[in-house]
Amino acid sequence: MGYSPIGWTEQVSRARLHVVTGKGGTGKTTVAAALALALATGGRRVLLVEVEGRQGIAQLFDTAPLPYEERRIASAPGGGEVRALHVDAEAALLEYFAMFYNLGIAGRTLRRMGAIEFATTIAPGLRDVLLTGKVKETVGRTDERGRHVYDAVVLDAPPTGRIVKFLDVTKAMAELAKVGPIKDQSEGVVRLLHSQDTAVHLVTLLEEMPVRETVEAVAEITAADLRPGAVIVNRVRPPRLPARSVTPAAGGRVDASRVRNGLATAGLDLAPEDVEGLVEETVEHAIRVLAEQRAREQLTEIDLPAVELADVHHGIDTAALYELAEALVDQGVRGR
Amino acid sequence: MTGERELDMDQLLDNLDMRVIVCCGSGGVGKTTTAAALALRAAERGRKTVVLTIDPARRLAQALGLRELGNTPTEVEVDGFEPAGQLSAMMLDMRRTFDDMVLAHAGEKRAQEVLANPFYKTISTSFSGTQEYMAMEKLGQLAAEGRWDLIVVDTPPSRSALDFLDAPQRMSSALDGRMIRLLSGPARTGGWGLRKVVGAGIMMFAKAVSTVVGGQLLADASAFVQAFDSMFGGFKQRARKTYELLRGEGTAFVVVAAPEPDALREASYFVERLAAEQMPLSGLVINRTHPVLAGLSASTATAAADNLDRTGDAPLASAVLRLHADRVAVCERERRLLARFTKAHPSVPVVHVPAMPQDVHDLEGLRTIGERLTGH
Repeated sequence: MGYSPIGWTEQVSRARLHVVTGKGGTGKTTVAAALALALATGGRRVLLVEVEGRQGIAQLFDTAPLPYEERRIASAPGGGEVRALHVDAEAALLEYFAMFYNLGIAGRTLRRMGAIEFATTIAPGLRDVLLTGKVKETVGRTDERGRHVYDAVVLDAPPTGRIVKFLDVTKAMAELAKVGPIKDQSEGVVRLLHSQDTAVHLVTLLEEMPVRETVEAVAEITAADLRPGAVIVNRVRPPRLPARSVTPAAGGRVDASRVRNGLATAGLDLAPEDVEGLVEETVEHAIRVLAEQRAREQLTEIDLPAVELADVHHGIDTAALYELAEALVDQGVRGR
Repeated sequence: MTGERELDMDQLLDNLDMRVIVCCGSGGVGKTTTAAALALRAAERGRKTVVLTIDPARRLAQALGLRELGNTPTEVEVDGFEPAGQLSAMMLDMRRTFDDMVLAHAGEKRAQEVLANPFYKTISTSFSGTQEYMAMEKLGQLAAEGRWDLIVVDTPPSRSALDFLDAPQRMSSALDGRMIRLLSGPARTGGWGLRKVVGAGIMMFAKAVSTVVGGQLLADASAFVQAFDSMFGGFKQRARKTYELLRGEGTAFVVVAAPEPDALREASYFVERLAAEQMPLSGLVINRTHPVLAGLSASTATAAADNLDRTGDAPLASAVLRLHADRVAVCERERRLLARFTKAHPSVPVVHVPAMPQDVHDLEGLRTIGERLTGH
């Protein structure tokens, strides 16, 4: 197999902010949701945050689009709960301004005029500063007894291509104000993101391109002095062929007569074209298994804890999310 | 499959009145590969074709002979590749396209002012709509050159397929002087009339924005917009022309989606949007499907494999049966997902492109995809 996943480490468990990134199409949002459920298991409260404006969480949990407020979205086994928050940069900006300036009803007018979108696009870093600022606020929020409101916050983050830019608020700030309230706030964000409290997890499939992007992203994350957490290998399919048959089969050498005899033993009498079809499927399967082995070997090069999630044949629904969360818990995922 | 119209891609490629094919879809669905495969096939069927790729994987770029960002098309020359027509390819260099555009529209002095402005650097490299805007601009240029009779366009790898249509508008409003004047000096430029319309809130907002984003940035932006103002008319006119080209008779949109919920949802949005904009949709490419190749149900296969495993006689046959059962399950999931799309959009023709067991990075692989795209 080349490597075996070493599971969730003590260090990763200490994180309070779990950032989940990955190449587009690897199932980032699904994994983030499953991770939130897993971390909430056993009576904890976890906030699942999305910042990309996709309403992916609402679709996943099959609910109406989320407003800009934290609301309970699922219960976790053992009395835990997951809340969800859809952060919208415009709303965050207005909320932010409201703290310092009295905008009155002008907020709505400005929004209609596109002024807020304009302000967040004229200074590209501003949007990210606002989004990460909101995330930081939820991580640090305490109740009247001084205890953290959330045991953990899981962020469904931008894809690997943009993740470092997104998290590197320091850089964004260099382009923005040198002084003022946002400056102060962003210093807190920088501290949190670069601390032991934050882990950046990478979701990948066992395919060439996603794995390559993962390897590159880990290097980038490390170079930016952020902390990579775990690699989460998603949609793993079981290898069916006996190990010694894989390489020959991938080269097109499948003993059709042996397959036919075996089928006959099982009482199956198939038409020749069906047997041919089975052989073709077997060759494709073997080629894929080999590619997956190569992908696994590449993943061993990045020395990170790894967990695996099996492919869900029937598609992702709420029940499947709980199964994935359980699989994560079984591999050692737990909150602190 | 029931209730599904078939997309005849060869008919599209062979139609000499068809001058532009735009491949759209959300990120990661295989748009670039699809665009390249279509262009290759068109060239081999005799058309003078150019493919505009946005961000091709390195090895695909190499397969097309694109070793660096050229920003102008180069003919694909590979040993043994002798198409009846011609195939050229290029990779979009967003910054250079923008620079060229500025240079073409402004006098030398003005152009240098714009190019040196820090705000221009930001907007030409990291503004969220720049890539889309520049892709449109490049398409307009290629069409105007008239050297090709078919242009195949790949679209930027955005989260949403709709960005391709929305971004130029967003860009346009960011470059429009009104907003920036409003923020940088509302009292001065807006005067009393504006004050009456939006009230004191916006003054407060302008002040807040300038505190937050910094006076320097606003000043840069303001200087940029002023320098840019003289060219702006020309920009807008070109953008409008390209937009008209996209709506014209000679253009076909091909929406690419993977058989996954997100990608199909995006495809749905896009199809609806094209209809609303009266843009010509040719059909949907469902990329990387897993058709079942043998007529045997999953339950029969699994039961037979269980039987074989009890005796341990035929491990190979048992493995074959189980991997077949897996494949049936995957295929059924894909079919269910697609059925949702076709029920909502019964008139949209569809073609399925079975997954290649490995990534494609040579002309031979692209040719095979071309065959699959056309149902061969």
